[in-house]
Amino acid sequence: MTKTNGYAARDRSWHPPALTPLYKTSVTRSPRFAPIGAATSLSEETGPVFGHDILGAKDNDLITNFAAPGEMAIGPRIVVQGHVRDEFGRPVPHTLVEVWQANAGGRYRHKKEGYLAPLDPNFGGCGRCITDENGFYEFLTVKPGPYPWPNGPDDWRPAHIHVSVFGHSFAQRLITQMYFEGDPMIWQCPIVGTIPTREAIETLVAKLDRPGSIPMNSLCYQFDITLRGRRQTMFENRMEGM
Amino acid sequence: MNRYKESPSQTAGPYVHIGCTPNFLGIDGIFPEDLGTTIITGNPEGERITIKGSVFDGTGNPLKDALIEIWQADPSGKFAGRGGVEGFTGWGRSPGDMDTGEFTFETLKPGRVPFTDGRLQAPHVTFWIVARGINLGLHTRMYFADEETANAEDPILTRIEHQSRIPTLMAVKEGDHYRFDIRLQGEGETIFFDI
Ligand SMILES: [Fe+3]
Repeated sequence: MTKTNGYAARDRSWHPPALTPLYKTSVTRSPRFAPIGAATSLSEETGPVFGHDILGAKDNDLITNFAAPGEMAIGPRIVVQGHVRDEFGRPVPHTLVEVWQANAGGRYRHKKEGYLAPLDPNFGGCGRCITDENGFYEFLTVKPGPYPWPNGPDDWRPAHIHVSVFGHSFAQRLITQMYFEGDPMIWQCPIVGTIPTREAIETLVAKLDRPGSIPMNSLCYQFDITLRGRRQTMFENRMEGM
Repeated sequence: MNRYKESPSQTAGPYVHIGCTPNFLGIDGIFPEDLGTTIITGNPEGERITIKGSVFDGTGNPLKDALIEIWQADPSGKFAGRGGVEGFTGWGRSPGDMDTGEFTFETLKPGRVPFTDGRLQAPHVTFWIVARGINLGLHTRMYFADEETANAEDPILTRIEHQSRIPTLMAVKEGDHYRFDIRLQGEGETIFFDI
């Protein structure tokens, strides 16, 4: 028999609700019915595994992975690093982390992008890495600029990096965004504002790590990511034996 | 043991394809290929199927900026990395068609996977949908309408209170493919799961 432990229930009061009218696009894209609670089975407790063989040497270096030979992306150079762990503090090793972002001027390399700021010919805007055995990840990039977006008459996104994490199961799949410590635009953004509490928002704000900076090279930001945790087995085992 | 809260979700936004399927957008040269494009990587045995569908918003218009991922068992009910058949990843990712948003997955018909209590589930494919305007990725399941016997004893389907909504989880055979449309809101709103 296949016995699985299941994941701790997702705390939906911590996440943004589906319908957040100040973020206008959510109005027509939010389910009206509540999601139906279901026990996780192997279908949700397994997930794709990616090996280091998929990674190229520059995959986690957004400064050069799209640049012409000998060139670099323009902007303040930063290292972003941290750990992926679960709700119980256990490291999540060997998981794929994908990132994408605007360039230092706040412009994305995308045909639907309407901001005046110019493309940087040496910046593509995406990267990826796989956490090591301790759940540690790291990438090198330029600090993205803030950008205006069509929502209210004058809404701006704070500087941010989009992050996609797989974890070890489909139940842990998560996409979120990383913000930068000290940015006043964080608190004016309707997308940030979909998150119900300031406490939760602050977990998405990367901390400037001065000792971690590389002198004459890059500032360092620390950003830890927490995925859902698998429940401990003890209780359920005891229940089974009863 | 320290306890942490899960990192709160944020929308994938309109530019999710830059990060997840850059080659699809013409951002070439960073990654050799977009992950999840090919689910059948070898020559595994099993029934080859094509799944097509669109994601509709509350106005009835298809999303053209969604990212759809699937995860499923192989024809014997085993998952990749857990004894699954060679040459089959079980994981697919689609940015949808550039003009219509329609997604397509070339895959194998999944077998039956045991539920937590050992009962067999009906064949199904797990879906995860993110897009601009979706604050937290949506989980749903695609079942096969032509698997009536297995569906009738599926531990998840049989526990759903509003049985009238179950057709929203059924892929229907249309010519050479199965169609599975996802409705975020409005009439026929797809069942999403809090798993
Ligand atoms: Fe963005």
